Amino acid sequence: MSALQQKVASVLEEPGCATNQAKGEKERKAGCKKQLTPGAAAGGCAFDGAKIALQPIVDVAHLVHGPIACEGNSWDSRHTLSSGSHIYRTGFTTDMNEMDVVYGGEKKLYRAIKEIIDKYDPPAVFVYQTCLPAMIGDDIEAVCKAAAAKFGKPVIPVNAPGFVGSKNLGNKLGGEALLDYVIGTREPEYTTPCDINLIGEYNVVGELWQVKPLFDELGIRILATISGDGRYNDVATAHKARAAIMLCSQALINVARKMEERYGIPFFEGSFYGVSDMSDALRKISALLVRQGGPADLPERAEALIAREEAKAWARLEPYKARLKGKRVLLFTGGVKSWSVVSALQEVGMEIVGTSMRKTTANDREKVKEIMGTDAHMFDELPPREMYRMLRDSQADVMLSGGRSQFVALKAKTPWVEINQERHHALAGYDGIVNLVDEIDKALYNPVWQQVRQPAPWERPDWEQDLEEWQSCNQEECAGEVCHG
Amino acid sequence: MAEVKHSRKACAVNPLKMSQPIGAALAFLGMDQALPLLHGSQGCTAFGLVLFVKHFRETIPLQTTAMNEVTTILGGLENVEQALVNIHKRAAPALVGLISTGITEAKGDDVDGFLQLIRQKHPELADMEVVFVSTPDFAGAFQDGWGKAVLRMVETIAKPSNVRRPWQVNILPGCHLTPGDIEEVKEMVEAFGLTPVVLPDLSGSMDGHIPETFLPTTLGGTRLDELRSMGESAYTLVIGEQGRAAAAKLKDIAGVPYTVFDRLTGLKPCDDFLALLSRIANTEVPPRFKRQRSQLLDAMLDGHFHFGKKKVAVAAEPDLLYALTTFLTEMGAEIQVAVTSTESPLLNRVPADEVLIGDLEDFEQGAVGADLLITHAHGRQAAARLGIPFWRSGLPTFDRLGAAHKVSVGYRGTRNLIFEVGNVFIENLHEAVPDDFRPTAEPAASCGTGCAHGAAAVACH
Ligand code: SF4
Repeated sequence: MSALQQKVASVLEEPGCATNQAKGEKERKAGCKKQLTPGAAAGGCAFDGAKIALQPIVDVAHLVHGPIACEGNSWDSRHTLSSGSHIYRTGFTTDMNEMDVVYGGEKKLYRAIKEIIDKYDPPAVFVYQTCLPAMIGDDIEAVCKAAAAKFGKPVIPVNAPGFVGSKNLGNKLGGEALLDYVIGTREPEYTTPCDINLIGEYNVVGELWQVKPLFDELGIRILATISGDGRYNDVATAHKARAAIMLCSQALINVARKMEERYGIPFFEGSFYGVSDMSDALRKISALLVRQGGPADLPERAEALIAREEAKAWARLEPYKARLKGKRVLLFTGGVKSWSVVSALQEVGMEIVGTSMRKTTANDREKVKEIMGTDAHMFDELPPREMYRMLRDSQADVMLSGGRSQFVALKAKTPWVEINQERHHALAGYDGIVNLVDEIDKALYNPVWQQVRQPAPWERPDWEQDLEEWQSCNQEECAGEVCHG
Repeated sequence: MAEVKHSRKACAVNPLKMSQPIGAALAFLGMDQALPLLHGSQGCTAFGLVLFVKHFRETIPLQTTAMNEVTTILGGLENVEQALVNIHKRAAPALVGLISTGITEAKGDDVDGFLQLIRQKHPELADMEVVFVSTPDFAGAFQDGWGKAVLRMVETIAKPSNVRRPWQVNILPGCHLTPGDIEEVKEMVEAFGLTPVVLPDLSGSMDGHIPETFLPTTLGGTRLDELRSMGESAYTLVIGEQGRAAAAKLKDIAGVPYTVFDRLTGLKPCDDFLALLSRIANTEVPPRFKRQRSQLLDAMLDGHFHFGKKKVAVAAEPDLLYALTTFLTEMGAEIQVAVTSTESPLLNRVPADEVLIGDLEDFEQGAVGADLLITHAHGRQAAARLGIPFWRSGLPTFDRLGAAHKVSVGYRGTRNLIFEVGNVFIENLHEAVPDDFRPTAEPAASCGTGCAHGAAAVACH
């Protein structure tokens, strides 16, 4: 077994993973690798997943070793934000050509690393392996090692070529690269008893900044975010945190668990979506920090903050309740957001008529069931055609989903709100839930729906009569529209 | 005549280029009831899908043979077989465009051989046409993939024929034409009483219509029976160099004569296009085009003030680069830097000193001091850093509405372009301040750049 295969196998057997815990010994050994169905698969590759997990480290140059497909078709398309360097948004790739395939791409990779360091001088270069060079046997670990020694700078191999598995696996392999090469390689300038890590928070559209003031107010320092708005040197010091919150479902569970194992940093799984989840996260982290030797009054201060913020949030949500009560939502997203959003929407009186469980863990499933009181409306899979039919038959008033199914909703003339990676509105924290509800309100009450659902006059059964009426109205110089409508 | 240079860097920075396979996929998306199928790992398909969804703002049917580490080494016969069987069962498209990627090419999968075996084993697939196109990611670029897919469709499906349909004309648009452009071309052809067969026809499938039902394949676009009948057409009109090979192939197969228009933007090529249509149809040019032509002349007269001596940086695939740069220079602008993604016989004829096959880092470096940047949406970072006005052109345009409906071909399209680009120049007009007229101690560095304002001009001449 190659080193990569061993790594993949170990990540797939992740003991911290809830799905794996539920399995027997033998099943667990087999790993959670799902066989994809050729001709009926959708979803990103492991490389995509690794990039999603690591690219939010903003001061690093992210170099993709491969042909143009991997970076050229996808760069600068994620909405993770930076408060400093913008080099993470620069697309670097070795753009392998025929010669590189024949002779191997290692030399070109080495030269590419050198060019980046000469021109951009980032604190570190991350090198992403992809399918083609993996297949022809380019050893990126060796190249990175040689380059790091030569240029005196961390050059980190991220060995997650697309064809080893899914985006989810890639998230974890990206995390492994941090565990193997980055975390624990530097000491922080100072530490506090309230230093924490956020694991699996990517600062999509600035959501980290949306919650950070809450931690600041409690005197909790976010030592490292893995990896939203991250800095290489901060991530390198993450081993000195007192506690951690693991977000984004279980994408980086291996990082959280191994940091607990290696450095004794306890963690819990939390979410910043929804009022109650946000409060819950603050409560738990405060309690955890006290156990780790943090100030004893922390929970008390947290409660005060929670009470204040919740009251504010409820007050801001109040005006929406009358408008949104009883509106039916189809929620189509994977992982984390299902249960946290479900509870949030119920808070304003909306009714969940369906939610997808693709990509979610057994744990998530349980949570949704608990919140909704039934699993009757949980879909494992909802093919676009079926989704379209449901919406056309107006079985839902609004759909919340990722960008891919956006046009299914729009073509079915149904209001739609984006809630995945590509969303444009920050939805975290107490403000975030108000934003989400406001987005839903904005979508639902937009005047276009009424207009686009009207058939053209000539498609109506007695349109000629309508037309005559309208004409006579016009002649009498009354407002045609009033009669017409 | 431009000198063509290649970037010598080991690391491409901010790629302009996209891969061949998704260029081929887009060509198949212009076919009716079609489903492009990438033979490779699933990630390549996912990236292509997201790219097209964001550009066209449509759902995009696109599938993968879902190769993994093991099947890549063993060879992909089984995956191709399963994929075709599954697709036949679930989506039943009329046409599958089977598109190879880097790994399956490097492994050397004999896909044509696979297809023969699969056809033998699965007679039930007989009603599903499959066209295979070889497009490794490690060679060529997006427009090459498109060109190859069109060529392969002609090669495998078009038929020789003794029948001629004197009213039928084939149109082979390049991938740089938007659905809006194709619609404009069709209207031009139809105005002469001719029936256009467009291969492929994105204006039928990716034009943003609202379908009655939801299909896992394309809905609208070129039908297979239309493709089969292309050998009976009176003529083939090609727009963009990338379609030349397909037109030549069709001539081989069925003797249909062809003409390649290297662009359809600008007065002269539109004149030629209409003149040729008039000859093919044996009728006069309809009056509406005379009117449109005169409107274009008027727009050129009104617009030239704003284009004269403007320095423009352009990065685009070869056919689009050629269309844009010739248009700009014909309006009086100068090309400060021209960057492209892949080889093309057109590159020598780009009206610039040099054309660089490179990336947007090269573009950004060459664009310092320019009046306008033109490239696809990925130019936004360069534009922000340089503080230079930016006009988006090409795919992907993920951060503006209506990318599919921009029209820049024909008289009307050219007129549009004058207005759109001209307005960017107008918006960024420099209003004089007193310092502009203060005599400078040093003579201005170059005549070309410093002459515009008062004193500097005196120093120059
Ligand atoms: S599947 Fe492989 S080749 Fe395709 S994008 Fe992912 S890493 Fe690149």
